[in-house]
Amino acid sequence: MANIQPNPRVKLTAPTKTSAFKVPGEGPSVLISVVTVLLLGLLWFGVTAMGWIKPLFLPSPAAVFQQFMEYLTGAANDKPLWEHLTASIFRVFSAFALAVLTAVPVGIAMGMSRVARGVFDPVIEFYRPLPPLSYLPLIIIWFGIDELPKVLLIYLSCFAPLALAARSGMKSASQEQMHAAYSMGASYAQVIRHVVLPSALPEIMVGMRIAIGFGWTTLVAAEMVAANVGLGQMVLNASNFLRTDIVVMGIIVIGVVAYLFDLLMRAIERRVVPWKGRM
Amino acid sequence: MPTLDIRDLTVHYAVKGGTLHALAPVNLTLHDGDFMVALGASGCGKTTLLNCIAGFLPPTDGQILLDGRPVTGPGADRGVVFQKHALMPWLNVRDNVALGLRLRGMGAAERSRLAEDKLALVGLEKFADRAVYELSGGMQQRVGIARALASDPALLLMDEPMGALDAFTREQVQEILLRAWAKSNKMVFFITHSVEEALFLATRLVVMSPSPGRISHSYNDLPFSRQFLRDGDARKVKSDPEFIRLREEVLSHIHHREVAHG
Repeated sequence: MANIQPNPRVKLTAPTKTSAFKVPGEGPSVLISVVTVLLLGLLWFGVTAMGWIKPLFLPSPAAVFQQFMEYLTGAANDKPLWEHLTASIFRVFSAFALAVLTAVPVGIAMGMSRVARGVFDPVIEFYRPLPPLSYLPLIIIWFGIDELPKVLLIYLSCFAPLALAARSGMKSASQEQMHAAYSMGASYAQVIRHVVLPSALPEIMVGMRIAIGFGWTTLVAAEMVAANVGLGQMVLNASNFLRTDIVVMGIIVIGVVAYLFDLLMRAIERRVVPWKGRM
Repeated sequence: MPTLDIRDLTVHYAVKGGTLHALAPVNLTLHDGDFMVALGASGCGKTTLLNCIAGFLPPTDGQILLDGRPVTGPGADRGVVFQKHALMPWLNVRDNVALGLRLRGMGAAERSRLAEDKLALVGLEKFADRAVYELSGGMQQRVGIARALASDPALLLMDEPMGALDAFTREQVQEILLRAWAKSNKMVFFITHSVEEALFLATRLVVMSPSPGRISHSYNDLPFSRQFLRDGDARKVKSDPEFIRLREEVLSHIHHREVAHG
């Protein structure tokens, strides 16, 4: 075995075909996705160009694109797109960052102590399934109508999935790994620091992806609170004037931005926990 | 000279409707340089015994003394190699081996040097910078052995470390283990359910039998591991008539017990 040379250039990617038999869900799907998106776009273009659906219900791609350009250049009778975008991104990310800073320690504490679990479990499990719109009035009454209630609403929607992910991640370390650390003379604190927390990282990263998704989902609800800028506010405002072209444009922008952030999170995940699913 | 002294070790588990006698009183003494193998079918208490020595499991009764000091919990004086390697995938090979030294507060340069020494002992010095999940099962198990040796324990505890390896890799890792053991001359307590592996590795062999778990036969001064270390020819050792005779004898002990209880 002495003549086995390590080859640093070996890339570990899953082969597309692993067996002569049929394996469920095997093979690449990127091309199929691209074709699907193109077909949906074509369908959209077709039904609007043929006049089968009125522009009020579904504006044409060209109309939506024109709104996009007007908002981009600031020609629209509204704030330019980048102002809405930065306002929304600021809200989602300050809420998300606060949630990471608080929910991850809470989840870790829930995984480590029965007291913390006993305290936080009923609270989180109670509010988690509530639609943000249902407690929005309370938040307005308590915290007014400036930035705080908006950020708070998004923060609450990010908090629960993050805390639950961190809590369940605390169970990821195998008993053998903990035994191994103890038999190398580790203290309890060292086992937590060197074994339990690192092995919780993959689940925490998944929790972060889910949380940022929830953050974008709650954005429009949050911007119903007397906002005068933001992507959600832009859509709501346009809907008041039946400007479906702006509504559709806003929806696409929110969707694309959220998707780009998920791609970013996945890239970070690959860098931070390259060993995920490999052991 | 380190010794391990096991005195009247008894373990009972509370199970539904009574107690399970996992380990009847066991007495055993290990000296420096002993390679002791515990052999037996599932449920004979061999893993229970190892977990007690490692300090993972408190005994119901009796004592385990390492150099006269009672074992009260896990510690760096007993290195453990697990059936599943139990490496940390977020650390590379070198940092896995050095983890125990890092926990003890050793500086980065010194612990890297020591880790590389131990990796050389198992023939993996060229793989120090690799991620552990890129290695084969046999290599991962060798990293596990290097890691257990890194803290320079008085005793090496191995719980079926070859159990998950294929037959070829298993023989290769056995030979690497024997060479590493010969260089460090530590006490080893090794669990297996393979008779051939037991005879090949052991200087002392205990055969355990179930309900309650106990030592039913023991062999001292088995020559085969030393023969291999002298000649370097594993096939020759394993086809030696004496090896085959003992293999059949030990097998008959095990089967006899199982028939008696079946």
